[in-house]
Amino acid sequence: MAASIAVTANYVLQPPPYALDALEPHMSKQTLEFHWGKHHRAYVDNLKKQVLGTDLEGKPLDHIINKTYNNGDLLPAFNNAAQAWNHEFFWESMKPNGGGKPSGELLALLERDFTSYEKFYEEFNAAAATQFGAGWAWLAYANDKLKVVKTPNAVNPLVLGSFPLLTIDVWEHAYYLDFQNRRPDYIKTFMNNLVSWEAVSARLEAAKVASSSSA
Amino acid sequence: MAIRCVASRRTLAGLKETSSRLIGFRGIQTFTLPDLPYDYGALEPAISGEIMQIHHQKHHQTYVTNYNNALEQLDQAVSKGDASAVVKLQSAIKFNGAGHVNHSIFWKNLAPVKEGGGEPPKGSLGSAIDTHFGSLEGLVKKMSAEGAAVQGSGWVWLGLDKELKKLVVDTTANQDPLVTKGGSLVPLVGIDVWEHAYYLQYKNVRPEYLKNVWKVINWKYASEIYEKECN
Repeated sequence: MAASIAVTANYVLQPPPYALDALEPHMSKQTLEFHWGKHHRAYVDNLKKQVLGTDLEGKPLDHIINKTYNNGDLLPAFNNAAQAWNHEFFWESMKPNGGGKPSGELLALLERDFTSYEKFYEEFNAAAATQFGAGWAWLAYANDKLKVVKTPNAVNPLVLGSFPLLTIDVWEHAYYLDFQNRRPDYIKTFMNNLVSWEAVSARLEAAKVASSSSA
Repeated sequence: MAIRCVASRRTLAGLKETSSRLIGFRGIQTFTLPDLPYDYGALEPAISGEIMQIHHQKHHQTYVTNYNNALEQLDQAVSKGDASAVVKLQSAIKFNGAGHVNHSIFWKNLAPVKEGGGEPPKGSLGSAIDTHFGSLEGLVKKMSAEGAAVQGSGWVWLGLDKELKKLVVDTTANQDPLVTKGGSLVPLVGIDVWEHAYYLQYKNVRPEYLKNVWKVINWKYASEIYEKECN
């Protein structure tokens, strides 16, 4: 099973690595105040309550996620655990003045596995746009290949056996205040102005190390 | 499903949508956005006019548009005998078609207060609710709790099981219609708990939306369906 990368939330609500207004005008302060301050906080708080007094209490977050995923037959704590993890991963997937095309090794790998950055963009965009209902779109790494994945509700690539590298939250609460129904505009803004390719590169390095050590 | 296609200021994309009963490739029947039987602001303060307008003109309209597109593609695939294309289209048809059906029911499930919104059900539905749930308050509490507990997007329903002749409360995910939970289930009241149904007004506090929506629930319509199905 794929190891978790970097995120060791362990039920602490970490703030995003930037001020709540730092992503404006692409993602408003108001969105961050609700999305991080209410939604993400609630997942963390509710998870703490939910595992209290059970054998999940005190276990690392990724352990709880894998256990409660239960091969798709989700146990009650999965939603809160996975969403706590997903949201911290999401904040770290973005940065002020982010977005655009990556360079160096990451670009080379995207070109190798998608034939071009534009093709990757198209595929990632399509995954994010066509995830019916709530969910996430991901760039993930498995078997030495990059791929785009979309998941419903709280599901993430950890439980599907791959290393997450980048994510966009497409639950309506992620974009409704800024874009209302216009999810395609939100996705475009995320890709062009928010993606932190530095974070993606760091995660890719960690993924390569983790997969070679478990090979 | 036959939907009234009254041309009105409130339907969005103009002529193509309002006159499309039998227009289109090979005369397949396409669908139009049904008119709301009340103004966008008429459900305030329970549901804001801003939400109603976006919900109707954008979300529901998108389901209709995408449903029609999928049906046209299906028609072509069937004519060509393209089996795998037909199969590939099923999820778009299910999602958008059900989105259209569910929202068409939803607009009728709501009514302005001055047109009876929020007035408790009388007659046979009222009695059935008391029998099955103890009281209307009991039903409301149960539906609100189950609606709040839906993870992700979905609906909470009061339905009639036609075969067992009893009322049921259940939830469905995404745009799954109530019938996916039981072949003999008929929806009486559906409450949309997708975030788009309440977010601009209630933000993350879905329980507050569920507390207030009951003030505009149109029990007269639910009673009509109930009485029709019971006879």
